[in-house]
Amino acid sequence: MDFTAVLAQIKPKLGCVADNLAAIEGQIIKAREAKADLIVFPELALSGYFLKDLVPEVALRIDSPEILHLIELSRGISITIGFVEESDDYHFFNSALYLEDGIIRHLHRKVYLPTYGLFDEQRYLAHGESFRAFDTKFGRFGMLICEDMWHLSASYILAMDGATTLICLSSSPARGIDGDSLGSAAAWQKLTSTTAMFLNCRVLYSNRVGFEDGVNFWGGSEYIAPSGVSVVRGALLEEDFITARVDEGALRRERIFSPMIRDENLFVTMQELQRIANERGR
Amino acid sequence: MAGLVANTELLRKLLVGFVRDEVRKVGVSKVVLGLSGGIDSALVVFIAAEALGPENVHAICMPYKTSNPESEAHARLVATACGVNFSVVPITAMVDAYFDMFPDADNMRRGNKMARERMTILFDHSALLRALVLGTSNKTELLLGYGTLYGDMASALNPIGDIYKSQVWQLSATMGIPAEVIEKQPSADLWAGQTDEEELGFSYRLVDELLYRMVDQRLTKAELVADGFDGEFVDNIYAKVKNSHFKRRLPIIAKVSNRTIDRDFRYARDWGK
Repeated sequence: MDFTAVLAQIKPKLGCVADNLAAIEGQIIKAREAKADLIVFPELALSGYFLKDLVPEVALRIDSPEILHLIELSRGISITIGFVEESDDYHFFNSALYLEDGIIRHLHRKVYLPTYGLFDEQRYLAHGESFRAFDTKFGRFGMLICEDMWHLSASYILAMDGATTLICLSSSPARGIDGDSLGSAAAWQKLTSTTAMFLNCRVLYSNRVGFEDGVNFWGGSEYIAPSGVSVVRGALLEEDFITARVDEGALRRERIFSPMIRDENLFVTMQELQRIANERGR
Repeated sequence: MAGLVANTELLRKLLVGFVRDEVRKVGVSKVVLGLSGGIDSALVVFIAAEALGPENVHAICMPYKTSNPESEAHARLVATACGVNFSVVPITAMVDAYFDMFPDADNMRRGNKMARERMTILFDHSALLRALVLGTSNKTELLLGYGTLYGDMASALNPIGDIYKSQVWQLSATMGIPAEVIEKQPSADLWAGQTDEEELGFSYRLVDELLYRMVDQRLTKAELVADGFDGEFVDNIYAKVKNSHFKRRLPIIAKVSNRTIDRDFRYARDWGK
């Protein structure tokens, strides 16, 4: 079905869960007033990104009052949001929730924690162990958190699992000033567009803005149609509230024109991956 | 070298945004910085004026008696061009009072003392004006260690510490900085006729080409030599970067507990901001 998604390109305050929750609630109310069906927040929207030793201080259980409040708010609008999750066994995950009609439809724990260059996630966080598509009021979705999307297999698995909409929550730092556009933005735009095109999926990409210790998050949140064409893109480096009208017909038409996913041979892929795994294990 | 050619429009937006965001998030609206008459501080004052409004920027020129009079004139010209508050605080009396006790001090000690004298004036004005001190060291000088620790290297925020001198020139040319400031020979202005390039023994253009490949692209020495750089020059610059690394780090702390500051007690400076 057609639906309206808002990409909330916000500027979280580092380590200030209460302040961020209040700002997030404001955005949810605004989106609901704008008659949006879904609002997508960035990665770690409740806490900020370069948390380091703050991780245990900002972590929330999924039955914490803050998350229960967001679950309650999802009765009026579906919500996708990133936060630090604390599990029963005291592991901390970079997680994303899809909340709808007052329940948690899906919890995704970031699988690929970048630990190179300016990133240090694996030092502080535990990694997730699955990519699963899930059903929503608007069709079958898959969630990715930032670096997850740079692993082709992640999007591929979600598409094979039937997802036709990929939501990517991001905290992508700006870098690369020698090209026509920002280096990291150009790289991401290539990635989201190509992923959409290869998998005949829509991509809803939500990236934050603001600075943390001199690192600038670049925004540019975007809705990419299954053809790979960018339908709407948010401002670079500034807060924004992007409204995307998601057209079911475009998905159907694209899947008729370019039925690569229909023809994808899961058996061959599995067989070859299994062979590679066996050979590596020897 | 493509990598050294900056998209100046984008770079300007990033640096202006940096000053605006990082200053305001700590609950401050003003900045203070030293204006030497050179291009680095001229670029920073233009960025700050655009970020916060010129009325919120205080530029201080701090000449010593041997400083070239042209430097103060250029500082004044730059301040007028971007409309910021400008004052002159000479450091001759304080520096001379000290060296009266150590008359044999060489140029290096005198230069460092001057840089640190200026630092104390900026940080005093930081308290006076409720303003953050902006740094004006570029990436070339930071990597080479061509600056005074706790002197000109001291600041609360540095907008240009990740751009090379060559990029400072490019950005300055697009921001309306007076041409005489852009075109003159870079100088620490510690004594008459001093120029950076003469003192360093190589040009900024050449060393930037090398540093970009060595630091940003991580080319090996063999690759650098294959690219046309002199092997001895490569070794010399590598040694400068290595030997000045202490200037780019906090003082090291003897570890005795389980949580030592900056080793296993790790928080962003923007903690809670």
